[in-house]
Amino acid sequence: MLNLLNENTLLPLMVFLPLLGGLAMLLLPIRGAGSVRAYALLNTVLTFAAALGATAAFRWTGAGATMQMSSRITWIEPFGLSFSFGVDAISLWLVLLTTFLMPLVVLGSFSAVKDRHREFYVWLLVLEAAMIGTFVATDVIFFYICFEFTLIPLYFLIGVFGSTQRLKAARVFFLYTFTGSMLTFTGVLYVAWWFASGNDGVWSFLIPDLVDAAQQMDPSAQMCVLLALLAGFAVKVPLFPLHTWLPLAHTEAPTAGSVILAGVLLKLGTYGLLRFALPMCPAAVVEAAPAIGVLAVIGILYTALICWVQQDIKKLIAYSSVSHLGFCVLGMFSLNALGVGGSVMYMINHGLSTGALFLCVGMIYERFHTRQMKQMGGLARVMPRWAFFMVFFCLSSVGLPGLNGFVGEFLTLLGTFQSQDVLGIGYAVPAGFGMIFAAIYLLYMVGRVVFGPVCIPRDPAGHERPAPESKSDLPAPQVKDLNLREVATLVPLAVACLWLGLAPNTVLSTLKDPIETLTAAPRREVAKRNANGIPLQTMTSRVRPTEVTSRASTNDPTEQPPEPVYPFVSHRRADNAPEIRDAFTLANQ
Amino acid sequence: MNAMIEKIGTLWPELTVLFGACVCLALGLSQRAASRRLIPWAAALALATAVGIAWSASSATGSWSLAVFIKVAVAGIGVLLVMLFEHIPEPPDAAGAPGGGEPAPDSSAGTSPRGEFTALLLFSLAGAMLCAGAEDLVWLFLALELTSLPTYVLVTAVRRHGDAAEAGVKYFFLGALATATFLYGFALIYGATGSTAFDVIRAAVADQRIEYGAATPLMVTGMVLAVLGLCYKIAAVPMHFYAADVYQGAATPVTAVLAFVPKTAGFVGLIAIMGLVQWQLPDTLAWMLWIIAAATMTVGNVLGLLQSNVKRVLAYSSIAHSGYMIVGLLAGVTADPSPLGNGTAAVLFYLVIYGLATVAAFGVLGCLSDSNGIEAQRFDDIAGLAKRQPVLAAILLIAVLSLLGFPLTAGFLGKIYIFGSAVKHQYIWLVVIAVLNSAVSAVYYLRIAGACYFADPARPVHAARTPGPRFAAAAAAAAAVALFVAGGTMIDAARQAAVQVNNPEIADVAEDRGEMERLSAGDWESKRARE
Repeated sequence: MLNLLNENTLLPLMVFLPLLGGLAMLLLPIRGAGSVRAYALLNTVLTFAAALGATAAFRWTGAGATMQMSSRITWIEPFGLSFSFGVDAISLWLVLLTTFLMPLVVLGSFSAVKDRHREFYVWLLVLEAAMIGTFVATDVIFFYICFEFTLIPLYFLIGVFGSTQRLKAARVFFLYTFTGSMLTFTGVLYVAWWFASGNDGVWSFLIPDLVDAAQQMDPSAQMCVLLALLAGFAVKVPLFPLHTWLPLAHTEAPTAGSVILAGVLLKLGTYGLLRFALPMCPAAVVEAAPAIGVLAVIGILYTALICWVQQDIKKLIAYSSVSHLGFCVLGMFSLNALGVGGSVMYMINHGLSTGALFLCVGMIYERFHTRQMKQMGGLARVMPRWAFFMVFFCLSSVGLPGLNGFVGEFLTLLGTFQSQDVLGIGYAVPAGFGMIFAAIYLLYMVGRVVFGPVCIPRDPAGHERPAPESKSDLPAPQVKDLNLREVATLVPLAVACLWLGLAPNTVLSTLKDPIETLTAAPRREVAKRNANGIPLQTMTSRVRPTEVTSRASTNDPTEQPPEPVYPFVSHRRADNAPEIRDAFTLANQ
Repeated sequence: MNAMIEKIGTLWPELTVLFGACVCLALGLSQRAASRRLIPWAAALALATAVGIAWSASSATGSWSLAVFIKVAVAGIGVLLVMLFEHIPEPPDAAGAPGGGEPAPDSSAGTSPRGEFTALLLFSLAGAMLCAGAEDLVWLFLALELTSLPTYVLVTAVRRHGDAAEAGVKYFFLGALATATFLYGFALIYGATGSTAFDVIRAAVADQRIEYGAATPLMVTGMVLAVLGLCYKIAAVPMHFYAADVYQGAATPVTAVLAFVPKTAGFVGLIAIMGLVQWQLPDTLAWMLWIIAAATMTVGNVLGLLQSNVKRVLAYSSIAHSGYMIVGLLAGVTADPSPLGNGTAAVLFYLVIYGLATVAAFGVLGCLSDSNGIEAQRFDDIAGLAKRQPVLAAILLIAVLSLLGFPLTAGFLGKIYIFGSAVKHQYIWLVVIAVLNSAVSAVYYLRIAGACYFADPARPVHAARTPGPRFAAAAAAAAAVALFVAGGTMIDAARQAAVQVNNPEIADVAEDRGEMERLSAGDWESKRARE
């Protein structure tokens, strides 16, 4: 038994435990709601334990950049396909996030799911397997299989257990994502063929192989590959203007589906960009970074404004996801260690706080069967525990210093700000307004729902609150505050938020090496461009404080720099590295 | 003469199937229902024996050839098709029958199997198996006709309904037109090269290349006509018009046959025709195939969106799949022994995958009929299937996912194989069209899955009691999942079959199979070493 549980079998175990466990649920004589729930909870907890085991076995220092705990199950030999497992620090944190969220999701669904329990939890477990598989895959096709297969469980979770418009939501979600990922598939095949043609016709789909092959393509081919990858990943993220599927899917999905969708599935897109797009097509990434940055900024601002006018709390949080993920993409395409590190932090933080917010909204919906802001108010009086968590997670999402949201937001913006040679201040400032908007719409919502005059919605089910007493100042004893189970669902999330807010170092310090590895190629490309004196864009020539002082010494502050871009760019390159290190330590304090 | 005798020596699988057909006919004449119930078993036994004989032939020589691969595939899926024939939904009163013929009480009313139908199916299967061994245009023509003629009868006779009669007439007359077209093509090929034997034609084409630099226009015209005619068998644009009506009109088990058997024969015929020019397709033909592939995929998928009848949806999906397979055919350089580069191998693999998924889908439909005995074919009929028949719904889900090429089903491997080969041979745009098309196809496949799982039962539909169709559908779905996990063996078989197909030069090169093995084994070793 101990032989089976060594560090090489942990990753496959994490994938197969929920997958086979879920399928076994169909065969085993588990029928009653209670036993089904207990089984699903046990399974997810065991998977989380396996993930913790993997964390313990992972060598955090020294070898953080390489894939560890690799193992390999041969699959289709002639095509060079295999189920190859391996994690670096980034994947491991995301796996931890996934396995950490799943038991809470199961716990949170106990009362939300009224019938077809078995079906619900089977799909949930299968979905968990697919998500973990996406993060631990080191073979592109294996990654793609898991990436794609997340669609089916969620399709059923939305379609069977969603609310009124669930059929449309499920269909739109599936088709949108499937179309994008089919194009990604073509891009992957193209890169694989490129690899095979340079390798005596032997195909391989291992990530390092394909990364090497793709880096040797000429920039126009790289651009095609990047577009193909973006087609799949940008839809998943979702990047403006491909975000239109998300609000519908989020709103119609059951709470569990929303939590997973926001918490993990959106991260598949950003993870894909980080793992594939950045290292595979560096030249094209550098070329396209400004355009993608613009889309990210538009997404941040546009969806933030949409959030402002939402009346449906769940829809508001759904749109806020789009806005937040815009930061994530922006940080990633700043291509420096700070921005990308912040982006990964953002993935984890967003998963925690937005997931928690969806859970909170789900709890309200279970009680009142409505999510309209207009119909409720002052819930702090009647549900103080719920109100505490709601405010807590909203603040975390807004980015209150001391909570987790701040770390990611700050780092992505700082990274964007500092990456003058790629994005720069012209992107950071408008994105910064996104933070302000986030504060406005979330706090507006909190003010409306949690504070103010008490207003309990008329409950269609009628048993909890028979008499409609709107705008009454009296506390309504009929409304039940969170019970022990619900508190137990939210507490771990709150603890995690607080911990990551106070000690982000635990995560950040481990991210440095893998990010260096993943962004090495694009950085080289940026350096090459700077050395050739090609200004990426007009933003590049914006003045930085250091330049202002240096130019001030030449007594000609108003004139545009007459000298070629080359010298001061190289100067900037030189001082960039220590700055990044400083910022890391700064962020860690 | 000796060559003829040798050739007949390779035909034991077909002969077994034909013998089985005769036994079925004889059993069908029996007065006793008990004997008639043996018919599917006899047919399945004959087909299983054929699989065994063909397989042992392959293991004797140590490698797979096209003929053996197709024989094993057709006979193997034929076993499942025979099981589908165990239950033919039939209204107790033949009110819909155009001839007003009342069912004879002693013959075959109800669910008792009918010998002649099974026998016709076996004839058709034997025809498809014979196609694979063709080394002569006349042989190919006869085999194609043996495949098609029984299906004309099956379409018309199995279901007593006006639709079936209409479908039969359409299918027969259009089929005759197609036959005439490819026969004309064969005649022109004969005129251009002076022979009907494949090896002589290949030599003549090689001479033409030396003499004129390319195949003569007459030869190319002949090939174009032959390909167009064969497009009818595979239901490709522009010969696809019959498909939806005929698939809808025929009884569901027969539809399953139509979707697999003539299509397989057609693709084998196309592979043979391409082999005549050693796969160095004349530009005209290559462009024509490019356009046919793009148009077939697009027409199939777009029209599939508009249908309200599940059988018609599956008919259009079958058209679209022909389009994908033509993409593979274009990339089908048989000289390419690399694993993911040979489109012909991809087509062979895909045919089996597609056949399994189709049998599973039509098998589920074939199980279902309403209280009047009218078979299920509308979306209403399968609405809420998951609530009433969870197993059948799961099978249908697997079938449509496999047709969609979704991971965890063999369809995904099929897509990798076909698109990978096409990318390798630089048909990037065709692949882009194909993947966009499969995204479109997701819409109607999801409609089927959604109807089963999300909708509430709309009409009282019950499942047949006979175990045959249910078992066949389950087996096909299980195979579709199993091949995803362990498809490597079949991929290897398809590759060997494709490399040796109709291509003596390459066969010479690869004749020394050890050489080929060494090549590939060396590749793997170097790859492993690298890892």
